[in-house]
Amino acid sequence: MIMADGKQSVVDTVLSQSNDVRLETNQIENEELIELDEGNLLAVNENKIDTKNFKVKNEDILLALTRDATQVLFNSLWKLPVEQKDGAFLITLPESQTWLPREKHVPKKRPPTKWEEYAKTKGILNKKKSRMIWDEQSQEYKPRWGYKRANDATKDWLIEVPDNADPYEDQYEKRKTAKRERVAKNELQRLRNVARAQKSKVPGLGLTPTEKPSKDHLSKALAVAHKSTASIGKFTDRLPKEKPSKFTGKKRKFEPSIGNFGSEKEKQLKMLDIVSKKVPTINTTKAANRILRQDEEQRAQEKKSKKTPKKLKGRKATLGLGKPGRQGGGNKKTRGKRKR
Amino acid sequence: MRPLTQEETNTFFEKLSKYIGENIKLLIDRQDGSYCFRLHKDRVYYMSEDQLKIGSSAAGDTILSIGSCFGKFTKSGKFHLLITALDYLAPYAKHKVWLKSSAEQQFLYGHHIMKSGLGRLTEDTEQYQGVIVYNMNDLPLGFGVAAKSTQACRNCDPMTIVVFHQADTGQYIRDEETLT
Repeated sequence: MIMADGKQSVVDTVLSQSNDVRLETNQIENEELIELDEGNLLAVNENKIDTKNFKVKNEDILLALTRDATQVLFNSLWKLPVEQKDGAFLITLPESQTWLPREKHVPKKRPPTKWEEYAKTKGILNKKKSRMIWDEQSQEYKPRWGYKRANDATKDWLIEVPDNADPYEDQYEKRKTAKRERVAKNELQRLRNVARAQKSKVPGLGLTPTEKPSKDHLSKALAVAHKSTASIGKFTDRLPKEKPSKFTGKKRKFEPSIGNFGSEKEKQLKMLDIVSKKVPTINTTKAANRILRQDEEQRAQEKKSKKTPKKLKGRKATLGLGKPGRQGGGNKKTRGKRKR
Repeated sequence: MRPLTQEETNTFFEKLSKYIGENIKLLIDRQDGSYCFRLHKDRVYYMSEDQLKIGSSAAGDTILSIGSCFGKFTKSGKFHLLITALDYLAPYAKHKVWLKSSAEQQFLYGHHIMKSGLGRLTEDTEQYQGVIVYNMNDLPLGFGVAAKSTQACRNCDPMTIVVFHQADTGQYIRDEETLT
């Protein structure tokens, strides 16, 4: 498929000499209307389509247009510098001009953790600390944390027993458990942040022993302890005046199927009364519709009344029916009273 | 079988009042005997006291149907009226729609009602008001919900949907196996 520049002229001469119809030229009309983007090997043919013929043989026309565009693309590719490697001719494609949309979504920003939110409200900024710090003991710079860190507390060969501390307590073990607990707490907080970010329910801790349990906490613990038997608390002794805990679930209860029909009926009727009171007595849309209809009717009457004088020329006029119903102006009080 | 709870009664009456308004009272407080609503397998049945007493002697899971079914509660707690309630809704209907004979079959096959098939419509029908559908001989065919108010119906083109189909008597044949 790939040929050098020298061979191009050979091809040209062969093509020009041959009279075979199937072999087409590499010279395309309206070449400037074909947009090229060699980087993506893309050619866009903007030539006009003959709409009359297009309906009849659209396949042929499309094929011809595509061929033209492809030919122009290859023509321009041959103009690029060609290098030879292992008997093959290679072209380095230029930068692509067309921007393709990215395949995946733009990654979302990680929602802030609880600490980050808090720090923002308080205006706390992160101070950049250097990674290496001076280690007095070894007289050299060592990492602040991690492997081979400076001032490593775990490497202490001796720990002073603090005042008021149990002299037989293992201080090394104490440090280790403290560290373990800190790690566990951090992990829990991390999980909580993840749960918060996904808006799922934050996992509760259940009933862990706390230093200062609240009243609610205690009564919850009591309710749990009551039920934590093989028989789900059925035989647990109660205090003489113990109230049922508010933390135990309620059992649903239904009325008996054949009970007091009178009271049932009354209850339902009362409920209907309440419902009917809730519904506003004035329905705004209905009122608006009524006014609209009144307007329409009035207009229709006015139209009619314009015609009536003609009809009333006859018998009705003599009967005195031609007079409009209401006469005279004035206000509501005086209207119609003057006659009397 | 059990009476409805307060909440259930509320949702049930709310749905019922869309069709018959305050006429629900006439269903509860009847002159010709004591009637009641009972819930059985998430369905609401309307029955007389005598029927209830006979029915409650049978084991609950053996009862298929008792009295007449008004509708059912969905899993999410909404109430759906069923076609079997039509006999009780039709006499007390507040808003009615009459169908042209040409559109009758379409409705009975479960289609919505177009403006072209609309014969008559009760005045002052609001949008989304429950309506009972009749044919021109005043035979109740089913019920639905008004998609347009009476005012809006006047000036809309004949292919717009005027009433949403909810239930029709054709369901007695189509949904024979599920109706109770």
